[in-house]
Amino acid sequence: MKMATNGDAAIAYSWKQINPAVVPAYPITPQTIIVERFSDYVHDGEVDTEYVTTESEHSAMTVAIAASAAGVRVATATASAGMALMWEMLGVCSGMRCPVVMAVANRTLSGPINIHCDHSDSMGARDTGWIQIYAENVQEAYDNSIIAFRIAEDMRVRLPIMSCLDGFILTHAYEDLEVLEDQQVKDFVGEHQQLNPLLDLSNPVTHGPLDLQDYFFEHKYQVIDAINGSLSVIKEVLDEFEALSGRKHFIAEPYMCDDADFVAIAIGSTAGTMKAVVDELRVDGKKVGLIKLKVFRPFPSQIIADMVKGKQGVAVLDRAISLGSTGPLFLEVNNALLSIEDSPSVCNYVYGIGGRDAPPSQLKQIYLDMMDGKSLPINYLGVRK
Amino acid sequence: MTLKSASELTIGAVITDAGNSKEFLTGDWRSKRPVIDKDKCIDCLTCWIFCPDDSIIVKDEKMEGFRLSHCKGCGICSVQCPVNAIQMVPEGN
Repeated sequence: MKMATNGDAAIAYSWKQINPAVVPAYPITPQTIIVERFSDYVHDGEVDTEYVTTESEHSAMTVAIAASAAGVRVATATASAGMALMWEMLGVCSGMRCPVVMAVANRTLSGPINIHCDHSDSMGARDTGWIQIYAENVQEAYDNSIIAFRIAEDMRVRLPIMSCLDGFILTHAYEDLEVLEDQQVKDFVGEHQQLNPLLDLSNPVTHGPLDLQDYFFEHKYQVIDAINGSLSVIKEVLDEFEALSGRKHFIAEPYMCDDADFVAIAIGSTAGTMKAVVDELRVDGKKVGLIKLKVFRPFPSQIIADMVKGKQGVAVLDRAISLGSTGPLFLEVNNALLSIEDSPSVCNYVYGIGGRDAPPSQLKQIYLDMMDGKSLPINYLGVRK
Repeated sequence: MTLKSASELTIGAVITDAGNSKEFLTGDWRSKRPVIDKDKCIDCLTCWIFCPDDSIIVKDEKMEGFRLSHCKGCGICSVQCPVNAIQMVPEGN
């Protein structure tokens, strides 16, 4: 079925089809439509979800962890300052191996106060043990939202996951959306599998005990092992989703990369604009390509290294900056390239901070500057210095 | 005690067996050790009531000494003893 809708409503719709047992939520722009729309579904009896309105995002995440440990499927959503307030509990969630699914409507972190898109919120949480996947458009946001449950709840993974979409650009923009039938979605995500559920009274267990010098490292190692190993599970789930929907999903999608000499790497909605820019430059005979990264955690180092091997130049687009260092994606790509001999030259473009528009003309200049050897190691796209 | 490796542990540090805090010997946290003077002790068992662990050995309603395998040396027994029969002595002396 086709509909015209925005990214937030598409995520709420996917949750309606999945019918999670518990959704604890606190609204924050630009995520609000998700939990607002979903509360309509709860009110109208279209789902039988226990909808918990909490007094803060810290509490929302705490409820999510508790419900997940109790043994049920949980979804929540946040953005920006809301995620910042959840911070303490993000690590608790992954450390307790709660497969919570959280939609993140990417918005910058204040200050000065700003409600618009960049990836500062989720990129800042990249070390918390959550899997992170990003969407280029409303369709991908919907698809990712369904895929996320399968990845998180897989018995080989059992980790929380952030399903990220660009604030306003995707959360509020209306696009064509092809949705699956309710039953197809229910069959795809399957029944929630429990693992040592707290509410199994005939098998009592303790969650969240004190864990000190003698065992904490081993439990963290389990998370290291699970998140690294999740990459092959993600590949399996993406392939299975393609068989169901006919829509192909990639951990990292190569666009016109095969014969390209210069490639850019981008995350989120900008990847869509970049594809149009690549098309335009290809008309002029420029051998350029794009890698659109869906999965940022775990970082697919080997896949990226294989894709850029033999290229002359790589421009890494970051919609976030690790202040005092570079863009976070740039760090990851450089790390991935350590394994390559004759590594291509890599430059960083920090762009779109605080929702600053990144129009095709500026994005095109990235390729032109890279080809002319004019790119600096770190470039701040369109900023007035 | 042989420590388990990551692959042998339940994920998320979930504890699936009851009563296994006994296996966690907290006695090695101790820097001071309680010592009882039985001549002063009146077997009121105030120390047994206040001990936050299970480190006061009681037999036939008499205070019999300390279970040092789990005593963290917190000294609450010494503070609460109404007849000052328990002294905290530095370990190693």
